[in-house]
Amino acid sequence: MASTLATRRTGRRLAADTGLLVAAAAFALPLVWVILSSVDPQADLRVKAPDGITLDNFDAVLKPDITFTPLLNSLILCGGGTLLTVVCAALAAYPLSRFRSRLNRPFLLTILFATSLPITAIMVPVYALFVQVDLIDTMQGTILFFAASQLPFSIWLMKNFMDGVPKELEEAAWTDGASPMQSLVRIVLPLMGPGVAVVTVFSFVMMWGNFFVPFMLLLTPDQMPASVSINEFFGNRGMVAYGQLAAFSVIYSTPVILLYVLVARRLGGGFALGGAVKG
Amino acid sequence: MSDPRRSLARALPVAPAVVLLLLFLAGPIAYCAYIAFTDLQLTGQAHSSFVGFANFRTAFGDEAFLNAVWLTLVFTVVSSLVGQNTLGLALAALMQRASKPVRTLTGGVVITAWVLPEVVAGFLLYAFFRKEGTLNAILDALHLPSQNWLYTLPILAVSFANVWRGTAFSMLVYSAALNEIPKEITEAAEVDGAGGPRRLWHITLPMIRRSIGTNLMLNTLQTLSVFGLIWVMTRGGPGNKSQTLPLFMYEQAFQNSMIGYGTAVALLLLLVGSVFSVMYMRLLRTEV
Repeated sequence: MASTLATRRTGRRLAADTGLLVAAAAFALPLVWVILSSVDPQADLRVKAPDGITLDNFDAVLKPDITFTPLLNSLILCGGGTLLTVVCAALAAYPLSRFRSRLNRPFLLTILFATSLPITAIMVPVYALFVQVDLIDTMQGTILFFAASQLPFSIWLMKNFMDGVPKELEEAAWTDGASPMQSLVRIVLPLMGPGVAVVTVFSFVMMWGNFFVPFMLLLTPDQMPASVSINEFFGNRGMVAYGQLAAFSVIYSTPVILLYVLVARRLGGGFALGGAVKG
Repeated sequence: MSDPRRSLARALPVAPAVVLLLLFLAGPIAYCAYIAFTDLQLTGQAHSSFVGFANFRTAFGDEAFLNAVWLTLVFTVVSSLVGQNTLGLALAALMQRASKPVRTLTGGVVITAWVLPEVVAGFLLYAFFRKEGTLNAILDALHLPSQNWLYTLPILAVSFANVWRGTAFSMLVYSAALNEIPKEITEAAEVDGAGGPRRLWHITLPMIRRSIGTNLMLNTLQTLSVFGLIWVMTRGGPGNKSQTLPLFMYEQAFQNSMIGYGTAVALLLLLVGSVFSVMYMRLLRTEV
């Protein structure tokens, strides 16, 4: 009995491995294409061994108007938006996590509700509103909207992480006369470093990849982040240089992949986000 | 608690977040509910006037709108309910049994697809499904008929693209859920002779039903608001054969300059989203 169970288990592991490898190969095809094409002097649309290895594609796109300006714009928009989100979320999470109040529950329910609203649906009214208050085509307007759209989920995550920091540590500080603000900055936030990192990276990654918000709220080409410029730049050329497009995609995607790996490493496996939103 | 000044001081840190949320989220939603009932246009109009439910009546008589509703339904069912959800569960279940290197490799690849910016994912899948693309190359090699996927079956192509991009989330949620099922339970069932499908149906699925609910809600909400992926791959075309509601809304508001009408569509989308959102909250009810 035990031996049949053991052999069955080995057989099952082999079957599972095979199944996963097939799935991984299917998922990998588009990724392999972009990597091979980025170094292929004659890239086309299918996965193939490159006709020699070249960095010409990277050379061709590493210019101010194609790469540097859009990436800098992305950095300003997403950096600004993330900073604002994290600061506001940490401040808001503190009283929600630490003090009892009749308002906590309704507030958290509203936040949870807002977390799952389709932001895409409100972009038309946001556009109309931004035209009226002169925030259209401004970096600050886009940053503010980015922050607001990311806030509900960030507050929710931040509050859950903060609940994990024992209150006793702060109580000692309070008796020594520390204000709530001091204990938040000096005690709570340092103790929930990984949580703050998750919120920061998650917000940044979401904004970095977001296409629709800057597409709607920014108009001047000079201000466009990479998510929009890549589309305009390559979409408006009759003949697309696929190798260059691939090279740009690699450059534009690398920061978020690195950030994800960094956070996943520190949290052991990267399953924290899945755990944070589990039901 | 009884001292109002102290409770005010305690609530003060919430203020910046509340101001941002009111101005940039609640404001636009209220404004959305208002202009959906007007005939506001993009240009050349001094005043917009209140038109009652006219925009909604137009919508339900508009074939293009009904087409978009149908495509959104197909897109959501194929890519979210069936695709991401089932594939995510299958991958998570296989990962429970697979060897560690294979698990890490697969997880890495699937998660990379998820972390990539939306527009990049759109380009990669555009290349994959194009007539000269990788999918047809594989079909040719297997002597299977190839076709121009983005023209013949655009809605399926974008649905598969969304599966490719979104499965990682379901996989992560289900991995976390499956890890919490005690080993003894599945082993006991195995010794009692319950086969794979029966174990899945009678033991595993009931034990992770809360995660299934959460995952379905969040997937559906994410899928309802997909814009960039479809925009990059097909622009909603050819014709309007892959024009889901967000793309229809965009076209009405900006290409046809009918902000009022576009917003009415947006409001409907928002209402559908709210229903899912409320269902999701009921699932999480115990945690707040």
